[in-house]
Amino acid sequence: MSEIAHNDAAHHIVVKAHPIRLYLVVWAWLFVLSAFSYLVDYFHLTGALRYTLILTFMMLKAGLIVAVFMHMAWERLALVYAILVPIGAILAFVAAMAVEADYTFLTRLAFFSGGQS
Amino acid sequence: MDTAFTEHRTREPAGGLATIVDDFSADQRAFRNVSWGKAMMWIFLLSDTFIFGTFLIGYMAARMSTTEPWPNASEVFALEIAGRHLPLILIAIMTFVLISSSGTMAMAVNCGYRRQRRATAALLVATAILGATFVGMQAFEWTKLIGEGVRPWGNPWGAAQFGSAFFMITGFHGTHVTIGVIFLLAIARKVIRGDFDHGRPGFFTGRRGRYEAVEIMGLYWHFVDLVWVFIFAFFYLW
Repeated sequence: MSEIAHNDAAHHIVVKAHPIRLYLVVWAWLFVLSAFSYLVDYFHLTGALRYTLILTFMMLKAGLIVAVFMHMAWERLALVYAILVPIGAILAFVAAMAVEADYTFLTRLAFFSGGQS
Repeated sequence: MDTAFTEHRTREPAGGLATIVDDFSADQRAFRNVSWGKAMMWIFLLSDTFIFGTFLIGYMAARMSTTEPWPNASEVFALEIAGRHLPLILIAIMTFVLISSSGTMAMAVNCGYRRQRRATAALLVATAILGATFVGMQAFEWTKLIGEGVRPWGNPWGAAQFGSAFFMITGFHGTHVTIGVIFLLAIARKVIRGDFDHGRPGFFTGRRGRYEAVEIMGLYWHFVDLVWVFIFAFFYLW
């Protein structure tokens, strides 16, 4: 029980140390980044530029939410790695399915076109 | 606590990889300084990440492999406001509403640790109202699209899978937001009643109430916002 109390006290200090201003700054940044993502669509940007910008703003927003709002920046590394490393499995799944979907697309092109392609 | 454990704690490694190895090889608990409830919420959120991850992967595979043109989300979700045609405007507003709710949630957690009971409860209720607004706008969007003829098996603009991906992904996300709103109101009630100031045990447990419950609630809420960041990028903007 004393261990939990000790942990609580330790955590108490860590969280208390953040001024409310930090959250307001992150909030403002999330607004700005969201506005930028919307502008990507508003100005009809296309091609590699569009996808790069979408992904950049997405990763910046996700990083701010996880690191600051979810306090991951101040968690012990054991927890951080236990959560972040398995995400790699999703990325591997994305890669595998992208290859698979591309193959399906090519086969459909070949079969649906009546053998003309 | 036994002395072996305290001794162990005193010789903590400097940091980095050594800390991780040391924590995971601990004989009692791997996640030190992390309470049971918080570790469990993180692990739940990881499993939820996999659920939404597979949804988005399924959507990617359907969109990449179809030979039909994919409907242009920018136009599908456009609205006429005051005579002006604005692409994707409703989704942009929903994004700002959800981000604002994350901001009020983060401040609620902060106020909770400062033991400001009224401010915490007020911010939690504000978060719940913003969340409910989001769900309301999503209901409006669903109604509009269903009225225009979007179904899980087809739509007027192109690839049939657009509807199934849309209803599945936004529906699951909206369910998460709805559950979050209920969760928020439940925690707000506990806060205003003073449960966390007096350590009153919860209904299902003998554990004493603590303001950490607000932080654990916050983890869930921020996760819902986080998922929306990915849905916004991949489904609406791509």
